[in-house]
Amino acid sequence: MGDQNTSMVQKYRNDFLKEVEANVEEGAWVKMCMQCGVCAGSCPLGPAWEHPPQEIFMMIRAGRREEVLKSESMWMCTSCYNCIVRCPRELPITHIMHGLANYAHRLGLAPKMNPTRRFAKIFWDNIAKSGRVNELELSVRLYFMDGFKAGVLKGLAMKDIGIGMMKTGRLNPFGLFAHKGCKDIKGIHKMLKKAYEIEDRKKGFVA
Amino acid sequence: MADVVATNETIVVVGGGISGMTAAVEAAETGKDVILLERSPSLGGRVNQLYRYFPKLCHPTCGMEINLRRLRGNPRIRVLTLAEVQKIEGKAGDYKVSVTVHPRYVNENCTACGACAGPVTTEIPNPFNYNLNKMKAVYLPSAMAYPQRYCIDPSLIGTPEAEKAKAACPHDAIDLGMQAQKLTLTAGAVVWATGWRPYDAGKIQPYGYDRFANVITSVEFERLADPRGPTKGRILRPSDGKEAKDIAFIQCAGSRDRNHLKHCSRICCMASLKQTNYVREKYGDDGKSTIYYIDIRAIDRFEDFYQKVRADGTVRFIKSKVANITEDRESGDVVLHGVDTEGYHRYDARHDLCVLAVGMQPGADIRAVADVKVDASGFIEVASATDGIFGAGCATNALDVNRAVQSATASTLRAIQVVNRMAKVEGQ
Ligand SMILES: Cc1cc2nc3c(=O)[nH]c(=O)nc-3n(C[C@H](O)[C@H](O)[C@H](O)COP(=O)(O)OP(=O)(O)OC[C@H]3O[C@@H](n4cnc5c(N)ncnc54)[C@H](O)[C@@H]3O)c2cc1C
Ligand code: SF4
Ligand code: SF4
Repeated sequence: MGDQNTSMVQKYRNDFLKEVEANVEEGAWVKMCMQCGVCAGSCPLGPAWEHPPQEIFMMIRAGRREEVLKSESMWMCTSCYNCIVRCPRELPITHIMHGLANYAHRLGLAPKMNPTRRFAKIFWDNIAKSGRVNELELSVRLYFMDGFKAGVLKGLAMKDIGIGMMKTGRLNPFGLFAHKGCKDIKGIHKMLKKAYEIEDRKKGFVA
Repeated sequence: MADVVATNETIVVVGGGISGMTAAVEAAETGKDVILLERSPSLGGRVNQLYRYFPKLCHPTCGMEINLRRLRGNPRIRVLTLAEVQKIEGKAGDYKVSVTVHPRYVNENCTACGACAGPVTTEIPNPFNYNLNKMKAVYLPSAMAYPQRYCIDPSLIGTPEAEKAKAACPHDAIDLGMQAQKLTLTAGAVVWATGWRPYDAGKIQPYGYDRFANVITSVEFERLADPRGPTKGRILRPSDGKEAKDIAFIQCAGSRDRNHLKHCSRICCMASLKQTNYVREKYGDDGKSTIYYIDIRAIDRFEDFYQKVRADGTVRFIKSKVANITEDRESGDVVLHGVDTEGYHRYDARHDLCVLAVGMQPGADIRAVADVKVDASGFIEVASATDGIFGAGCATNALDVNRAVQSATASTLRAIQVVNRMAKVEGQ
């Protein structure tokens, strides 16, 4: 992954905006931002962000590549879409945030311990394995991602919700041993592989 | 009104604001016959509703009076008020303009003595003050109204109040049986000067204009500052009538926004800069103005005006489009929330009153009456005017008075050329 990063740095030199335009989902919109600040002020999690979207867009234009890609900020986006509906220039801000996060992750620059990134990874590996989410495995992995003790504590705190989910059939208690995946698991894996290939080709990643 | 004579050398001007009045006067002063059609009961348009004009900060009466004098003194101009254009058909040099003239219920005998209004108690919202207060249903549209003639609101017709008004008039000027009239005017060319109207601020949901009493628009603020206005020139908060001394101005309220008006309304930066002068005029160093902006657009010679306001210690500039407004229920204060672009600081700023610098949109949709090209915002495309219908003033773009008048003069020249061509053809 480190190689991906080096090759991108070489390819785009100091033009980070160009790099974002070419490789980040909806990245071509970044230059349309007029720095009004409505997105930054409209985000319900705004105060928790180190750099609100408005600032990220300016940082991209200013070529502050490392700072942007290593930032925790875009991982804070919860997809509430408040910014998108209010942006006077109709930038697809939410999608750009996710696009940046994904790009940083693929380059290996995303903060390793960022909880959103870790959850997303666990979720993706889980669903990609069988084509259907294994709720029990997902919860166990999520709770125990910070070690055994933290996992037990989190599990206990969530136990009532877990029992409720079991009762309503939303959580299979034997999921760790017997998880019912999709019918054509092989087909799904083939499809995902193809999708990866297409994406890599489009974004210029070396396979 | 059957005495309105028009030929294909007549120029019909639609809209009697500063642009339409300019067009009418200039065409008539070159010897053309002009019919000026105004939808409301009096001439003057929205300039009359301003307290002062930028950049010189004079009162609108001065510019208006000169125009009125030229207009009154010119026998070639026929003014029809309460006149609404239904349809314009034909081609350059030969238009048929169908017009409905709504009844005023008061005829030319009126001396504007006001005796008729005396016994009347029914009240209606006062559109001259953007409905901030009420007025009697028998009224003079404004102190400067031309023609200086009273009006009776149609809602009063058939009530005893109307009869009382009629009985009170010493000049036999009230005619309660007056009916709407339909006219068809012949014209060689048409100047379309129907101006602008403020963007509906209620549509900007996060600013709560429709929910919070102390969020008002820039046009309403002009009326508050005006001694002839609903508060006699005192800047009082709608919620509790207290003096507002700490005032926030939000720029681009509904302009430069793909969810609202796409265009820059061009004059609202200057309007807010001007309005900080009103705050200073009322309170001196005790007043506080804060302008929240994306960027200030004080075009060409207005830069000096901007620099002067910049130098005023009571005026603060915050580079940020406010994200949303909340209301402090107890005090009625407004709290503005956002992030400023110079440093990305988050703010929750409390003010007595918030003025939305609302955008301008076309005052009338010309496409409903004639086949004319308009741009994405509905303004008439000047370049497309190849035939005999010409846009003037704010019907063509968001303009200040100076530019509106320039645009009117340019369009009048084009209209005159069309009419001259007709005269030549006929003379052959
Ligand atoms: C808050 C604010 C402050 C401003 N302050 C200033 C300032 O200080 N200095 C400055 O230079 N400019 C200022 N302006 C701009 C100024 O108001 C305009 O430039 C001016 O009003 C343009 O005149 P107009 O004749 O084109 O349009 P209007 O003033 O809108 O006149 C149009 C006329 O047409 C009539 N009409 C509309 N539709 C029809 C129809 N269908 N048929 C017949 N008649 C019709 C209307 O009743 C009206 O009388 C300000 C604007 C705003 C919003
Ligand atoms: S709301 Fe849109 S234009 Fe404004 S700062 Fe955010 S992205 Fe830029
Ligand atoms: S003139 Fe100023 S306030 Fe008005 S739309 Fe343009 S930039 Fe915004």
